[in-house]
Order: sequence, then C-alpha cells, then structure tokens
Amino acid sequence: MTVTDAARESVRDALEQDQVVSHLNPPPSYDLDDHPVPTGREEVWRFTPIKRLRGILDGEKSDAHLTWETQVPEGITISTVSAAEARELGELPPSERPAALAIARAGGATLIDVPADFDGDEPLLLHLHGESVDDLVWGQLLFRIGNHARVTIVVSHTGSARYCATTSYVVGDGAQVNVLTLQDWADDAVHLARDAVRVGRDASVRHSAISFGGDVVRMHANVEYAGPGGEAEMLGLYFADAGQHLEHRLFADHNAPRTKSNVVYKGALQGDGAHTVWIGNVLIRKIAEGIETFEENRNLVLTDGCQADSVPNLEIETGEIEGAGHASATARFDDNQLFYLRSRGISEEEARRLVLHGFFQDVIRKIGVPSIEERLTATVEEELAKNVLGGSLVAEGA
Amino acid sequence: MATLEIKDLHVTVATEDGPKEILKGVDLTINEGETHAIMGPNGSGKSTLAYSIAGHPRYQVTQGSVTLDGVDVLEMSVDERARAGLFLAMQYPVEVPGVSVANFLRTAKTAVDGEAPKLRTWVKDVNTAMEAVKMDPTFSQRSVNEGFSGGEKKRHEIVQLELLDPKVAVLDETDSGLDIDALKIVSEGVNRFKAEGDKGVLLITHYTRILRYITPDFVHVFVDGKVAEQGGPELAEALEAEGYDKYVNAKV
Ligand SMILES: Nc1ncnc2c1ncn2[C@@H]1O[C@H](COP(=O)(O)OP(=O)(O)OP(=O)(O)O)[C@@H](O)[C@H]1O
Ligand SMILES: [Mg+2]
Repeated sequence: MTVTDAARESVRDALEQDQVVSHLNPPPSYDLDDHPVPTGREEVWRFTPIKRLRGILDGEKSDAHLTWETQVPEGITISTVSAAEARELGELPPSERPAALAIARAGGATLIDVPADFDGDEPLLLHLHGESVDDLVWGQLLFRIGNHARVTIVVSHTGSARYCATTSYVVGDGAQVNVLTLQDWADDAVHLARDAVRVGRDASVRHSAISFGGDVVRMHANVEYAGPGGEAEMLGLYFADAGQHLEHRLFADHNAPRTKSNVVYKGALQGDGAHTVWIGNVLIRKIAEGIETFEENRNLVLTDGCQADSVPNLEIETGEIEGAGHASATARFDDNQLFYLRSRGISEEEARRLVLHGFFQDVIRKIGVPSIEERLTATVEEELAKNVLGGSLVAEGA
Repeated sequence: MATLEIKDLHVTVATEDGPKEILKGVDLTINEGETHAIMGPNGSGKSTLAYSIAGHPRYQVTQGSVTLDGVDVLEMSVDERARAGLFLAMQYPVEVPGVSVANFLRTAKTAVDGEAPKLRTWVKDVNTAMEAVKMDPTFSQRSVNEGFSGGEKKRHEIVQLELLDPKVAVLDETDSGLDIDALKIVSEGVNRFKAEGDKGVLLITHYTRILRYITPDFVHVFVDGKVAEQGGPELAEALEAEGYDKYVNAKV
C-alpha cells in the first residue's frame, strides 16, 4: 500500500470532521480560489503532464462546444439548467480545479432526467464529437436517476477538442444504473473529466471508463453513497499507444454502512512514451460498517519505453468490515502462456493476440452493454493490430 | 513416417550463477509406431527433455541434434515444431485467462492444419473428444485451464492430443495427479492415438502404474540428465521393485 503520511493524517482529520480533506481527495468547493492552478508537484498532479493540457487549467469562458448526437429512449428528458440549479438538484460538488472550472465556465448544465421506475433495455446514447483541439470546451452534466429506475447510459467522445467536464450521477434508491463512458478521441485531444456518482440506498451502479484515444485523458471516477446497501462496480479498460497519457483516478468513499465497491481496471501499453496512471483510493469511514470493497488494476506492458503507474490506497477506519482488498500488477507477456499456445501450433503473433484479448475479456464481458461490447472487442483488435501484430514486441526474458 | 531422433543432446538453463547444464548427452530414437517410457527420479531432467524438444525459450541447446523425419527440429520455432507434428502434453498445463477452450482449440487446429476446420464436423469432433475423456462439454466455454482441477487439466491435454493429431506425442507425467478412473480414461486416449499405427509416443512418468494401461516398447531410465539404462517393459517392473537407488548411487 502506498500512502503518504500526510495523506494518513488528512484522512484522520477528514473522519473527525466527517468530510474528506485528504489532499488526495481535496475538500469540495465551488470557489476557484480553493483550487489554485497546479504546478505539477502536487500529489494529485504529479503524474500529469501539465504542459500538454494546453492551457485548460487557467482557461477562460468559451463559446466552443461539442456536437451532441443523442438517442433518447422515451421517458428520458434532456434540458438545460443554470449552474445554481444543478447545485440545488444535488450534483456532486467539485473537489479539484478542472471540475470547478468546468462549472464556473460552462455557463449552465445539461440535465438528463431519468424518471422514477423508468425501465428500459434501450440505452441512452450521448455521442459527443469535437472538431478541433483549438476548441476549448467546458461541460457540466447532471444525470438525475429516479428511484427504482433501470437504465443504461452510454457517453462516447470522438474527434478532437480540449474538453474539460464534470458529470454527476445522482442515483435514486433501488435504481440499477449502467454507465459507460468511452474516450475514443483523435490523437491530439485533451480531456479532463470527473464522473461522480452518488449511489442511492440499495441502488446498484456500474460505471465503465474506456479510454483509447487522445493525447491526454485524465479522468476521475468517484463514488459515494446516499444510504446503506448501495453497490458500485467501477470498471475500466485503457490502451495507451506511443506518446499517450491516460490517467484514471478512482475514489470510492464508503460513507454509509453495508455498501460495496468493486473496482477493476485493466490497461495495455505499447510504444515509446505510452504512459498510464491508475490511482485507486478507497476510504472506509467509521460509520461504514459491514462494507465490502475490492480494487484491482492490471497492466500489460507490450513494448519497451512504456510506463504504467499504479497506486492503490486503502484507508480503513473501522474494524467492522466484511472485506477489503486490493491488487495491482504490471507485467509483460507471460512467457509460459505464450509458450503453451505456441506449442499448439499457434503463431507468436496470434498467441499474443489471444493472450491480450483474454486479458481484457473479463472486463469487456462485465460491461453489460452488448452493442458496445462488440465494438470494444473490435477496437481492441484494431489497437492490437497497430503494434502487436506488427512486431517490435518484447517478451519477458527476451 | 514419424521418427524422432535425439542425438547427444546437451541443454542448459540460465541461473543466477550462470548457465547450468541439465541434459548431459541424451540419445534416443523413437521410430514410427513405438512407445517409449522414460522413468527417472525427481530433478533428473525429464521435463527439461520434453521442453527442449518443444522449444521452450528457457532452455538452451548447447550441443547435439533433434530431428523429426530427418528434419532439424532445433532450427524451428515453437509453433513450427507443433505444425511439423510434435505435441507436448505438459506436466503443468498453463492457464490462459479470458481465452475460451473452444476458441483455443479452434485456433490451434486452424494453425496446425493450415486451414480452418469445417464448422459442423468440428463442433462434433470437439464434443466427441471431450466425451471420450469424460469432460463436460461446458468446459468449452471456460477459460483455458483456469480453475481446472489437476486431473481436468490432464484430460484437456488429451483432448488436444486427439484433436490436433500430431505425429509424435511427448507426454510429461500426464499420469501424475490422476485418480485410477482418470488414469484409465487418459490411458485409453493415448492408446487410441497409438492405435493409429504410425505415431510415436514418448511417455515420461514417475510411476509404473500407467504402464499397466499403456504398454511401452522400450523403457529408459533417466538419471542426472541422461539415459542410464534401457530395456523392455520388464525394466519398469524392476524399477517398481527396486527403485532408482542403484542408478542414483552408481552415479556418485
Ligand atoms: N530455471 C532453472 N534454474 C535452475 N535450475 C533449474 C531451472 N529449471 C530447471 N532446473 C533444474 O533442472 C533439473 C531438472 O529439472 P526437470 O524439471 O527437468 O526435472 P524432472 O526430471 O522433470 O523432475 P520431476 O520428476 O520432479 O518432474 C532440476 O534439478 C531443476 O531444479
Ligand atoms: Mg518433470
């Protein structure tokens, strides 16, 4: 476990105040002054290539926007509300600068309303497309999901932009929500995102973050609970090519008893300068008795010159828990697996493809959006074709 | 034709203290239709021999030759050897998470044959091969060897042997970890393979009990990286009675 002393202390403070003031997860505030422009030395920014954010962190208001293409099942409504209204509706307040900036600059929020008892197999699709990395685009989204609703939401990002957005999912009691956010940007895009989920009593939420494209993607996925019995499954899959920086920061805040969180992120890296970051913070507060949490991050390094940072932080402040654990591993191809497949006549390239496919498969299978699963499998294949099939690979011991 | 010829094979593994010689001059010829048993104490190099024949990158051949029907095997990559007709049933079959048995078998069959198997007959063939070793067809949908019991892994190796139909099969302790029923099932699988007539079998084992079901034509005693003695099936009986002591002690 990697936890700095400062983090420990601030977590302790947080528990006393019943509010998180850990510098890993700074206290929420709408005031930009509370979130100074980072230098890059801060704990929460130290992995991020600040220069490559191209001025987002002190960006001004902008008229630029992404093109929205939507497919909205009957019963779900999309409207615009003011930032103040979004706050009243219970959005999760920003806990760092990009989220606070997005709210301050967006000039209003998109409210997506899924009514109570909504029950649909057809997913809500939001396809956001950017035209140019010259465009600085702010986004504020609020998903309000009524009690006992059952809904699948897919938000996909393509094209290019400098896009800084905060998205809240306020999930009602007993609701079942499946959210998938896909970052399939062009090579030069920069995306700073915070997805924050509040899980209602006895509700269950699956949030899947899939990142393939972009020059820099830095994404928070935070979950907290509005009452006991909530469950969150946080899944992630990323594939970094040469020069790409893909950063996923998870925070499961067990602030209610008998809640569950299960985090599984898997990534592959290939090419010079491919960099991935996974931070998995879990806080189990005193009140959160009988909770279960598990977090796992696995990275497969396909070539030399890549870096995968993986930092799980598990803070447990009550002894009365059902289970808590984490696993983090970064490895190259397993020689024995490749040997086994090849000893059955399967070529080296095909063996690598199979192993990598298998590596991602358990996450892809869990995502539970059939139309997307096929596309994901295809995208993984394409990514593989770029390099894995093109040679220049290293194997352990090779 | 299926003749596997091993001549003066020397093999090292890389260790922290530099290369360590494990095989110290192995000579062995397996002609078409023959079954050879290799028996020897733990650590004598039996698996090393099996892996070296299959081309595991961990093992360095420093001297000698291995040919299949006169063609140099050592020049071939691992997958080329398999496509040339060599098969290794491993002592510890490897788990490959996320890759289904069905996908794995079809990919392997396609690779070995150079063309995809006919879909209709293929599904039937897989089911037949699985039934033959009493593996439930639901194993098709599971990840390769993942969560399989020791015995299930070994049966899965025999399923592959049946489906891939090599020229020469090297079976590395396929009998270990099997209960008596599984041992019979696995032995029947090997015997079906043998019954095709033109196959070679190299059966590595620790115990004579499998030799009650699979009759070897030759038995080799393997000690300290080479063949210490060879003979017929009667040699296995002698080993059963006396153990390896006399060979191990003679060595010192
Ligand atoms: N990577 C390695 N580093 C050091 N020694 C090794 C390595 N691999 C194998 N050896 C040694 O080589 C010797 C032969 O091993 P091998 O697995 O071939 O024996 P075996 O006859 O198959 O034994 P068993 O009956 O236990 O299966 C052993 O002493 C083993 O410790
Ligand atoms: Mg062995």
